[in-house]
Amino acid sequence: MTGRAIFWAVVIIILATLPPIASALGQPFYIDLVRRMMILAIAATSLDLILGYGGMVSFGHAAYLALGAYSVGILAFYGVTSGWAQWPAAIGASALAALAIGAVSIRTSGIYFIMITLAFAQMLYYLGISLEVFGGDDGMRLKSRSLFSGLIDLGNAVSFYYLCLALMLAAIYVTYRIVNSRFGMVIRAAKSNEARSRAIGFSPYRYRLTAFVIAGGMCGLAGALNANHTNYITPGLASWVQSGDLMFMVILGGMASTAGPMLGAFALLIAEEILKGWTEHWQVILGPLLVLSVIFFKRGLAGIFRA
Amino acid sequence: MTFALVLEQLLNGLQYGVMLFLMAAGLTLVLGIMNLVNLAHGSLYMVGAYLAVAGTQWSGSYLVGVAVGFAGTLVVGMAMEVITMRPLYGRDHLDQVLVTFGLILFFNELIAIIWGRGSLYTSLPAWLQGHINLFTGSRYPVYRMVVLGVGLAVAVLLWYVVTRTRLGMLIRAGASNRTMVAALGVNIRLLYTVVFGFGAALAGLAGLMAGPIYAVQPGMGELILIQVFVVIVIGGIGSIRGALVGAIIVGVVDTLGRAFLKPVLATIISASAAEAAGPALASMLIYLLMAVVLALKPAGLFQSR
Repeated sequence: MTGRAIFWAVVIIILATLPPIASALGQPFYIDLVRRMMILAIAATSLDLILGYGGMVSFGHAAYLALGAYSVGILAFYGVTSGWAQWPAAIGASALAALAIGAVSIRTSGIYFIMITLAFAQMLYYLGISLEVFGGDDGMRLKSRSLFSGLIDLGNAVSFYYLCLALMLAAIYVTYRIVNSRFGMVIRAAKSNEARSRAIGFSPYRYRLTAFVIAGGMCGLAGALNANHTNYITPGLASWVQSGDLMFMVILGGMASTAGPMLGAFALLIAEEILKGWTEHWQVILGPLLVLSVIFFKRGLAGIFRA
Repeated sequence: MTFALVLEQLLNGLQYGVMLFLMAAGLTLVLGIMNLVNLAHGSLYMVGAYLAVAGTQWSGSYLVGVAVGFAGTLVVGMAMEVITMRPLYGRDHLDQVLVTFGLILFFNELIAIIWGRGSLYTSLPAWLQGHINLFTGSRYPVYRMVVLGVGLAVAVLLWYVVTRTRLGMLIRAGASNRTMVAALGVNIRLLYTVVFGFGAALAGLAGLMAGPIYAVQPGMGELILIQVFVVIVIGGIGSIRGALVGAIIVGVVDTLGRAFLKPVLATIISASAAEAAGPALASMLIYLLMAVVLALKPAGLFQSR
């Protein structure tokens, strides 16, 4: 077995055996925590596709998390409780928004791209706040969890956990296949040298936009999962702090690596939990910690595991 | 919707615009000259507001508070440049975004530790309270008028410094080709620290003037920072003139949109639909404006390079 296979076998065994162990120890809290980690790992994986492989520093990725969550919440609000309708709607709405945002922002690059993606996410955040019907600033409760014709009960913490695990592994695998496909090669080529990739006949704009839309849709799925996880939807999901957290997960785990975003998501949330246990003012420690990790720990966690 | 009401909202828009300009002027120079993304610029705005409140409470004098806020932010800004920004100049924008994002978490939490999470409210001295008569039947708060005046005065002063002095010449030269400026024997590190420090002080000035109008609370800087980004994107990175024009446009459009979009919509569509759509559209207005400007001119209205 190669190192990579061993790594994934260990990850899957640990994650798959966690619910029975946590239940046996009487600590169901950990099932909840790891489920949240896995949902955010999907979002971070989708961000890595454009940030790590595509070189597009999107500072507004949380917008799709919120759009996915609101799609589920709004459909439930109007009585559509079937997950078969809600989840595709969440993915579709996020992908569509990514198409519109990407079409404008990918025309620019560098600092402009960062500020524009941030501004659009912030626009959606304020839109969420001004929608009084859906709770405005306070957000709204999800009326009922998504129903899948009795196939899987999301109210059951353990079966929801395994669904998240399966979807996370699927998202990582899909991203892995995309970046190693011909399409993915073009994206990566455009990142490392745009002029050369133009010279050999590829116009990066359409490829980048396609990747941007795929990432948006995948993050929308994470949003739909998150709505079911917390049972509550707030505009705060689209806030720039959330976008920044997603970026940190990708960097902490290691950009443009298969397992990086997942490791980063796990590491950041574990660090948060530990610091929260110590002090109410955990951010005063986390902030400088993140600063140091960016300056000194460039290769990320995936660099350690070579995954 | 009377003329007096429109005039009042227009002045509010201009007043908000000059505050955005004070923020944008420093940030656009830092972006243009040092090629550095500084998200923590909003934190400096917050630091200015808090230091001014603390200075006022300590001394009992509003003007001392203003001086403490301005000078304090200058010092904090220069320290920030020397400690955290210098290692970042050679690195890519992503690292700069992440590090300055970490700084925001740090500053917000530090302020919360020192002053608590609640909002602070400040009172103005008697000579800044009250209203002035614009014309018969129309009054406007003195303080907002002063803010507008200070903002415009700073704009004129900046114009003078940038176009008529040696420092301004170096700043302009740095914005167009910093390697060449360094090669000509200019101490570029010192120039960076000075520009960053004064950009910080201007943000602090905006913050301390915002204190009596809006709430002083942790995280107050982020709200305005995003709009400052919109200003800079519209105006063009590195251009002070662009920052001024962009700031006035954003300030006026945002203020008028919030005030009049709902009643204007109500004359076109039904009142209940306008009730729902008005605020939603008003909050998105400046971002839509930004998208339109970008579609027409991807590098902003005033390209500096």
